[in-house]
Amino acid sequence: MSNGSEAPAKRLKVSDKVMIEMKGVNKWFGDFHVLKDIDLTVNEGERIVIAGPSGSGKSTLIRCINHLEPHDEGGIVIDGVELTDDLKRIDEVRREVGMVFQQFNLFPHMTVLENCTLAPLWVRKMPEAEARELAMKYLERVQIPEQANKYPGQLSGGQQQRVAIARALCMNPKIMLFDEPTSALDPEMIKEVLDVMVELAEEGMTMLCVTHEMGFAREVANRVVFMDEGEIIEEAPPEDFFNAPKNERTKEFLAQILAH
Amino acid sequence: MAMEDVTGRPPPKNAMPISPIGWARRNLFSSVGNTILTLLSLYLLWLLVPPFVDFTIFSAVWTGTTREACLVPDAGACWPFVWANIDQFIYGRYPPSEIWRVNLTFALGAAVIIPMLIPGLPARKLNLVFLLVVYPLVALVLLAGDRPGLPPVPTSEWGGLLVTLVVAITGIVASLPLGVLLALGRRSDMPAIRMLSIIFIEFWRGVPLVTVLFMASVMLPLFLPEGFSPDNLLRCLVGVALFSSAYMAEVVRGGLQAIPAGQYEAARAVGLTYWQAMMQVVLPQALRHVIPGIVNTFIGLFKDTTLVLIVGLFDLLGQVRAQLSDPNWTVPQGALTGYIFAALVFWAFCFGMSQYSNFMERRLDTSRER
Repeated sequence: MSNGSEAPAKRLKVSDKVMIEMKGVNKWFGDFHVLKDIDLTVNEGERIVIAGPSGSGKSTLIRCINHLEPHDEGGIVIDGVELTDDLKRIDEVRREVGMVFQQFNLFPHMTVLENCTLAPLWVRKMPEAEARELAMKYLERVQIPEQANKYPGQLSGGQQQRVAIARALCMNPKIMLFDEPTSALDPEMIKEVLDVMVELAEEGMTMLCVTHEMGFAREVANRVVFMDEGEIIEEAPPEDFFNAPKNERTKEFLAQILAH
Repeated sequence: MAMEDVTGRPPPKNAMPISPIGWARRNLFSSVGNTILTLLSLYLLWLLVPPFVDFTIFSAVWTGTTREACLVPDAGACWPFVWANIDQFIYGRYPPSEIWRVNLTFALGAAVIIPMLIPGLPARKLNLVFLLVVYPLVALVLLAGDRPGLPPVPTSEWGGLLVTLVVAITGIVASLPLGVLLALGRRSDMPAIRMLSIIFIEFWRGVPLVTVLFMASVMLPLFLPEGFSPDNLLRCLVGVALFSSAYMAEVVRGGLQAIPAGQYEAARAVGLTYWQAMMQVVLPQALRHVIPGIVNTFIGLFKDTTLVLIVGLFDLLGQVRAQLSDPNWTVPQGALTGYIFAALVFWAFCFGMSQYSNFMERRLDTSRER
């Protein structure tokens, strides 16, 4: 994956336009304080990797961005739209934010192609032929057009996750959220998924990625956000984050994750 | 990593074909306990099957036009009794000159329902609209009449298989959508809707169908304003539909619980609304999981239609019983013959439903594996 000192994704310029702004976000699961005063700003074209031990609130944080989890306090503004309980706004945000899940969450009763055309057909009200063309374009981009008429259960994990990425891309999102996209994959399939993600990053997609793939973070991320116990502990460009972590907990985490 | 590329040698074949004796020894007489059970079963079959076959087939009277034909010594089933009353069994007291209307309704019903059951036919949505909206109206006009050229036939004259099918099909067609709505309501985030669904479901599940029918038929008119009394059959139809929708709701809820939350989340994340996510993603999977339970409820409902007898409606079984008192056909074996006939008709319908359910399960299983 890493070739040369400077990966192409790194040379991309980040615009000044703010895509995601989280201010003082707090969230509780019952009595459990899962997100504590989260402040995070992401500009258009930025690639953020969120790392941290399990249970630190990483997934919850990105699930708040498309309101799969409602936040209890604070404000979240996505591309100028403030997330409230207003369903119209939530749907508006979800149309612009793609999400890829750890467990793929493909629809098993639909073919790969139908998985990809579902949202364009129903949400964008696109004509069927156009939706199919769009889906094939993205399936080609994730390099599995030949699987279009199969069912997800007939594909390998890596292929399924690439379909899931294509499915999200079919809505032409402005932001892509990745929730541990490679954690459920067999080791030999991780690369094919990461390759697709790197390619996306190189095209300038705004990305938030919860992952333990530190190689990916080094190569692609503008910033690494380290979370522990619901707080953002440290936020730094990958070079600083890996080479000169400031916080004790960050050092401890890196020591564990990079030990082998 | 394509999975269809797996090659290799085929599994070993059974070297020796098994002889019938070998098969019996292995499967029926493999141990002392097994042998005893086998012999006991054979003994029970010998006790039950030959007399039944003898009564219904070999000793049965097959032809004749009067009861005298069946009054021979040691005669079995009196099938002429069934042939002579077949019109009553199917149509009840529906006027013979108007029976074509019932037949037309049956034929139209078959024409709408059968294409619905064959998977992969085009225009299923249109077909569904026909089945749920157009057909009930057409059937109502045809059967009840009171239109130019169609003299009215009050429901008190309907009977037999006609009533059985009207009650069962109305119950089946109404209970599935209602049950789905109730199941979704019971899982709703909105407390009011959830509460109402729970109350509705638990109320209808808590009362026996006999009570429901009795209330609908006898008590309801007392509460309603004078002169406003819906038809007795209609009241029973509503009662049966609400009753079975409560059962259906719990079956569907079981299916909904089997679908991982990630499916719904993924559907919402690509921008689908709640209803789109339910209709396109969650329900198709959930209902597939509970096909056996749904068909089970249908079959139970079909057989429960016989209970309308207690509110003065004559379904197939009721009509059979009514014809038993016909003095022209009082023969000793009449009751048994009539009940066997009714049982066979009910069995044919229920077995058909269960076979169809098996067929659908197998088909969905092979074409869309996880």
